[in-house]
Amino acid sequence: MDLDGVALDTWIGRVGGVEEEQILARLAEFDCRNNRLAQLGLRQDGFDAAVALARAHYGPERIAVLVGTSTSGMENCERAYRQRDRESGALPGWFKERYSLNLFSVADFVQRYLELSGPAAAISTACSSSAKVFASAARMIDAGYADAAVVGGVDSLCLTTLYGFESLDLLSRRPCRPCDAARDGISIGEAAGFALLERPGCAQGGVALLGYGESSDAFHMSSPDPSGDGAYAAMQFALQRAGIAPSEVQYINMHGTGTPANDRIEDRAIFRLFGASVPCSSTKGWTGHTLGAAGIVEAIICALCLEARLIPGTLNLDRIDPAFASRVAAAPETRDLRYALSNSFGFGGSNCSLLLGRAA
Amino acid sequence: MKAVYLESVGVLGPGLPDWETARRVLDGELPHRAEVPRPDPPQLPPNERRRVPQLVRWALAVAHEALAGAERAAGEVAMVFSSSSGDGEIVHKLCEAVTSPEREVSPTMFHNSVHNAAPGYWSISTGSQQRSVALCGYDASFAVGLLEAVGFVLAEQVPVLLVACDLPFPEPLTPLRDIRLPFGVALLISPAPGNRAFARWRISLGAGVQPARFPRMLPPALATNPAAQALPLLAASRASTAQRVSIVYVGDRHMTVETSPCR
Repeated sequence: MDLDGVALDTWIGRVGGVEEEQILARLAEFDCRNNRLAQLGLRQDGFDAAVALARAHYGPERIAVLVGTSTSGMENCERAYRQRDRESGALPGWFKERYSLNLFSVADFVQRYLELSGPAAAISTACSSSAKVFASAARMIDAGYADAAVVGGVDSLCLTTLYGFESLDLLSRRPCRPCDAARDGISIGEAAGFALLERPGCAQGGVALLGYGESSDAFHMSSPDPSGDGAYAAMQFALQRAGIAPSEVQYINMHGTGTPANDRIEDRAIFRLFGASVPCSSTKGWTGHTLGAAGIVEAIICALCLEARLIPGTLNLDRIDPAFASRVAAAPETRDLRYALSNSFGFGGSNCSLLLGRAA
Repeated sequence: MKAVYLESVGVLGPGLPDWETARRVLDGELPHRAEVPRPDPPQLPPNERRRVPQLVRWALAVAHEALAGAERAAGEVAMVFSSSSGDGEIVHKLCEAVTSPEREVSPTMFHNSVHNAAPGYWSISTGSQQRSVALCGYDASFAVGLLEAVGFVLAEQVPVLLVACDLPFPEPLTPLRDIRLPFGVALLISPAPGNRAFARWRISLGAGVQPARFPRMLPPALATNPAAQALPLLAASRASTAQRVSIVYVGDRHMTVETSPCR
């Protein structure tokens, strides 16, 4: 791996161009790796232009901004700690908590960048953060506090997550191999992803959020519940809310981190609810585990797959774990897709499933 | 906007060991004394109890008080947890660890560092598999949490336990974040006016900042705590007539709560 003198035997997914990204001059005080990554994300695929149209249509105060992150500008804080005064221990004067370390920094940055003034929050539930933003946005719109919402997830590489996951023995020594019999952990990645949600009938896009389901494991802070009940409940609530039967779902994007426990438990929960007929796969072999950004990255992958009628395979998968009962898609498949489910599970036992559908 | 109902309150702060005392202090019946409470860790096996971080202890203490006040079970209520700056002690220790030559991080410290540690421990210690969310809105974290909680109640028609909690930062982070005193609050908010409800709230966002006056019997230093922005609202919710309270929201916006008694 290649990150500022980090000596860990692992692989990382690092986004190119973050170092060169220049924060918009009027928001210069927000400069840190996480907000650079956020800005890079906002500039992709005409997203900022689409939001500008929505802003003109609804008014800036009627569009919510909900951004998921697990560590926000922690990397900036680590940098400041490396520059502490030898005598007094004081942190350097350039370090501002509000604009980098604080979790709200990224939501604040995104709201100002897009010139919006509606409800705003940083949502931080570890690795389910940017799946939960969809649920919060749906509630905010349902309750009448917004007409539309920018949802997102941004998490950037930092020492805390790298050494933290190392301390838990969860880092793979190779690029991660979700669902493989020999999988041995995660590869940490970084990402920014955004989506614009509008009420049914108002949206331009061809993909809709039809349901979301949330639950808590009530088991352990960093180990998933072996029973898989929490994961099962989240998926079932998403189906219920959407009014869709398990047999109608044609693709499941797994949380599929590549740790022995996560994939085993998720497989069992999927099998219990869907049997062995619904293809499922993990796309983390391509992206790595982007933590607080994983939920939206995988929701966007599901949306693209619905439009392209594609079931993605599972990268780095040599031999499917023989103990698995659900139907893991090792190679990509092309078929007519209408409904897809995306799973995100986080520390603290925070589970969230999203059900996405393509307009008929 | 539809109304929601405040069923019960949990409070913990300097000189405010519980809602009963806080209520009497706000009503002027009791003078304010400044002892800082030390909440017990939640009911967990002994080796787990020791590891529970301070912010979680504060959050769970107020959550239990509000739950008991509403005579509800943990499994009935979703949780919205809001904190402006999380657990500064953990941030400090992690930063020291990863910038030391050994770079050894404690695995417990790492999993305790997630912003949703309080709802995580709540679910583990009560056995509740209910939904929860954890969020942050910098200085406006209380209002941001309240909007999320009220949106939750209105959209899903379930009772929600809003928990807002902030603690002062340790050195060397202290000068970076002006939170001078610790404070935690829990509000049980429900979609229907049950027997226990004592205030009816209608909540909206507006332009401009017109913060309510901080209760004068409380130390001004407490007003630096984002979670303590609940106190003017709680004081108004005790009144025998309808009141309008303004709370600082994000950017140049404010939140207006129209509160009226329902007993």
